[in-house]
Amino acid sequence: MKFLQSFGALFEALLTQLGLYASTLGQVAKLIFTAPRYPRFILNQAEEVGVQSLPVVLLTALFTGMVLALQSYIVFHRFAAESMIAVVVSLSMVRELGPVLVGLMVAGRIGASFAAELGTMRVSEQIDALWTLSTNPMRYLIMPRVIAATLMLPLLVVVSDFIGIYGGYAISVFMLDQNPAVYLEKSTEFMELKDFYSGLVKAAFFGMLIGVIGCTEGFNCKGGAAGVGKATTRAVVISCMSILIFDYFLTAWMFG
Amino acid sequence: MNIEQPRIKIRGLSKRFEDKVILDKVDLDIMPGKSMTVIGMSGTGKSVLIKCILGLLKPDSGEILVDGEDWLALNQQEQLKRMRRVGMLFQGAALFDSLPVWENVAFALLRHGENKNTARERASEVLAWVGLPNIEDLMPSELSGGMAKRVGLARTICHKPDIVFLDEPTTGLDPIMSDVINRLIVRLHKGSGTTIISITHDMKSAAMISDHIAMLCHGRIHRQITPDQLDSDQDPVLRQFIEGRAEGPVNCSAWGKDIEEAVKR
Repeated sequence: MKFLQSFGALFEALLTQLGLYASTLGQVAKLIFTAPRYPRFILNQAEEVGVQSLPVVLLTALFTGMVLALQSYIVFHRFAAESMIAVVVSLSMVRELGPVLVGLMVAGRIGASFAAELGTMRVSEQIDALWTLSTNPMRYLIMPRVIAATLMLPLLVVVSDFIGIYGGYAISVFMLDQNPAVYLEKSTEFMELKDFYSGLVKAAFFGMLIGVIGCTEGFNCKGGAAGVGKATTRAVVISCMSILIFDYFLTAWMFG
Repeated sequence: MNIEQPRIKIRGLSKRFEDKVILDKVDLDIMPGKSMTVIGMSGTGKSVLIKCILGLLKPDSGEILVDGEDWLALNQQEQLKRMRRVGMLFQGAALFDSLPVWENVAFALLRHGENKNTARERASEVLAWVGLPNIEDLMPSELSGGMAKRVGLARTICHKPDIVFLDEPTTGLDPIMSDVINRLIVRLHKGSGTTIISITHDMKSAAMISDHIAMLCHGRIHRQITPDQLDSDQDPVLRQFIEGRAEGPVNCSAWGKDIEEAVKR
C-alpha cells in the first residue's frame, strides 16, 4: 500500500509540474499578441542566450565533429570507404547532434541561470514587487526569455553545424590525409535542405522547452536559498531529459 | 445622509494553506486618508492579509471592496491597472538588484512610458525627500539595510499612489533609522492624505504612524483601538502584546523552560 501511495504522489507531482509548464507556455503565447513586448529585454536576453553561449557551443561542436570523423574513419577504413566519413559527419551533425548537443549545453547554461535568477527574485519578493508596480511579471520576466531562447537556439545550431563539419574536415584532411575536395563534395552530396531545416525546427523547439522549464521552475520556486538550488537543479535535469525525449518524437514526426 | 464609504472594505476574508487556517473571516474597514496599523504575533497572517488585498494571494472566500469595487472579481489585466494607485513597501525592500537605484525608484513611471529624463528627475526628487540625494547610480547591493528600506519607500511613493501598504517598515533597523522612517511615513500621511495600511511589531512605530490599530489574533481582528487607547485599553491579549510579556492569555511562558537541559555539558 505504502508503495502505491508514494508512486501515486510521484505521479501527481509530475502532472502538477507538467501543468505548470503548459500554463506558462499558454500565458506567454497569449501575451505575445499584446503590447508591451519589451523588445529591449528580448535583445538583452538574446545576447545572454546566444552570444554568451557561443564559446561553449563552438567548442562542443568542434570536438563532436572531430571525434565523429575519427570514429567513422576507424570503421570505414576496414572496408576502404573513407570517403563516406564526410557523409556521416555532416548528416549526423546537421540532423541530430547539432540541435541536441547545443540544446543540452544551453540547457545547462541558460536553463540554470533563468531558474536561479527568477527563483532568487521570487524568494526575495521581487516578483511580488513587480506586480505591485503594475507590471505583469509573466510579461516582464518570462516572455522575453522564452522568445529569446526560442529564436537564438536555431542560430546557434547553424553556427555549430558549420563548425562541426569543419572539425570533421580538419581531422580527415590534416590528420588522416583524405582528399579535401572529395570531402567537401561528399559533405553535401547526400544532404537535402530538409535535413538542415529539421535540425533548426528541433532547435527552436528545444529553445522553447529550455525557456519555459527554466522560467517556470524559478517563477514557482519556494523555500529560500535551498528552494532556489532545487529549482535550478530541476530546471537543468528536466530540460535535458525533455530535450532527449522530444528529440525522438520530433524525429519520428518529421521523418515518419 | 452622507456616510463616507470606506476606501478598503474587507468582508469575511478567509485564507488557509493546506490544513492551516491563516485568516478566518476577517472584517476590516479602512477609511480614506486614514492610517491603519495591523499588529499581531508572527505568523498570524498579517502579511497574508495585505497580499490578499494586493491580489498576490488568492483568498478562499470573502470580498475586498476598494471604493466599492470588488477587486477579487477583476481579471488579471484589470487588477494590474488598479495597482497604479497602490504602493507597497516590502519587508526586505525587494529592490530589483539588476537595476540601478534610480531605475528602481522610477520603475512604475518607466514601465508606463514616461520619458527617461522626466522619470529620472522625479526619482531624484523622491530620493531627496527620503534623505538620499546623489545615490541614483548606485546598485542596490551597494546599499545598507536602512538605505535600501528608504529607497524602497521612495519606490513605493514615486508614482503618487493614494493607498500605501507598508510591511514592517521599521523591522531590522536601528532606533534612529526607525524614527527617520516613522517620521517619513507620518509626513507622507499628514501631508498628502494618503491612505496607509501598515504591519508592524514595533509598538512605538504603531503609536506614531497610525490613526487606528487593529490586532489580528487567531485569524480574526481581535480588537480595534486608537493610538491614545494603547495605554488604557484593558483587553488582556492586547495588553500582553503591547507590554511584550510571555505570560498571558497567549501563554508562551512554558516554552524553553528546559533550555538548560539542552545545553548541559
